[in-house]
Amino acid sequence: MLNNKQQDKAAIQKQYQDFASAREPKRPIALNCIRAFIGGGIICTIGQGIQWFFINYFNFDEKTAGDPTVAVLIMISVLLTSLGVYDHIAQWAGAGSAVPVTGFANTIASASLDNKSEGFVLGVGGNMFKIAGPVIVFGVFSAFIVAIIKVIITSIGGM
Amino acid sequence: MLQGNQTWVFKSKPVIIGSSAIGGPFEAQGNLAEDFDILHSDIWLGQDSYEQAEQKILEEACETAIKKAGLQKEDIQFFLSGDLINQIMPSSFTARNLAIPYLGIYGACSSSMEGISLASLMIDSGFAQRALVGTSSHNAACEKQYRYPTEYGAQKPPTAQWTVTGAGAAVVAKEGQGPRIVASTVGRVIDMGLSDPFNMGAAMAPAAVDTIEAHFRDLNLTPAYYDLIATGDLGRVGHRIAADLLAQHGLAIPKEKLTDCGILMYKENQPVFAGGSGCACIATTTFGHFLNRMQKGELQRILVIATGALLSPMSYQQKETIPCIAYAVSIEM
Repeated sequence: MLNNKQQDKAAIQKQYQDFASAREPKRPIALNCIRAFIGGGIICTIGQGIQWFFINYFNFDEKTAGDPTVAVLIMISVLLTSLGVYDHIAQWAGAGSAVPVTGFANTIASASLDNKSEGFVLGVGGNMFKIAGPVIVFGVFSAFIVAIIKVIITSIGGM
Repeated sequence: MLQGNQTWVFKSKPVIIGSSAIGGPFEAQGNLAEDFDILHSDIWLGQDSYEQAEQKILEEACETAIKKAGLQKEDIQFFLSGDLINQIMPSSFTARNLAIPYLGIYGACSSSMEGISLASLMIDSGFAQRALVGTSSHNAACEKQYRYPTEYGAQKPPTAQWTVTGAGAAVVAKEGQGPRIVASTVGRVIDMGLSDPFNMGAAMAPAAVDTIEAHFRDLNLTPAYYDLIATGDLGRVGHRIAADLLAQHGLAIPKEKLTDCGILMYKENQPVFAGGSGCACIATTTFGHFLNRMQKGELQRILVIATGALLSPMSYQQKETIPCIAYAVSIEM
């Protein structure tokens, strides 16, 4: 009896969800992809320019120029976040501004800004990795798993 | 007096003798800017936190409403207030400063009409002569608590809504001049299994429809009785769903009569996605815009349906769906 009722409820909910879904504007996926391509492309081009700058005007080669390039991009992103610009860029560019290192810097900077009112230790310190934290945790963990797999394969004579 | 299943009819018709609407910078650029008593250009209001800024706005709303009623705060017997911040901090902290006996309430974005219903009940039953109802919301404080940090670059879908920064307050009294509260329908909590916090309009629409139907059924009225029927913060998406759902249930309301405060609040060109939301959305629209229009004689009888999504950041993370509620209050001149 109760089971029947639950099934009825699920059916009514499903019916409404379809009804509502037909009346909701959808995310413009094709447009978002194009914007992400352009936005992400621009950020990467800027990064390329910065790398070229470090290689040509300082003592860096293509490999070592990576670190200062990322540092400069992070600084630009934090500055744009603090000035309240980055979220507007992100609304337009979507994944294009979320995937590069600038997006990662934005997660940390924005969380720090919002929680500054709770103090530097518990507010900024405790919350700055609120969004970035899971990315780091699972990034490190998956790197660890991949490394173990690589060690096993090499030790049994593969690769 | 109870009529039907869930509607209170107030025999003495409590009067709204003073009301106020306070807004922020985004509201100042919106459609209803003229109907606000105070508009702030800075969302911080010179305070150290968003939460304190919200409290400050609520305090201003309460003070303005009391002043417009021509009273002192000592003349008010009870203060009812609710908001969206954890443990209704702005409301309780405002009550600390007002020093009026206080009842903290929570109905999410429907808090204003929950408060009006309870205040009317107190006055109609003789448990108070004058009560103050307040509610507030703050865009940044709300984003910070319910979603992501305010400056975080997440792309929002077109169904998302913009939390109104503002506060509304009203003094409800036994006697006086002004619009009168005639009836109030207390809604049931409805959950249609939606769980996306970026699509609150669709989640709340069934609750609004359920309460509207209950209101007309209990009072044996038709939509023709009212000059205006306004939902709280369904936005463009929820409004369309609610209108179609009502029509499907055989309670079609003419397009020009059924509106939504989340749509009225902002201009078309403002980047608010599907429209406004938050406690202050219906509170400022009703206590400012609608009551002003009633005073001018443009509207005689209105029905306002405040909708609230009773989710919490934790319920969302635990993959719970969003339970919603709606309170309908009829106000007549």
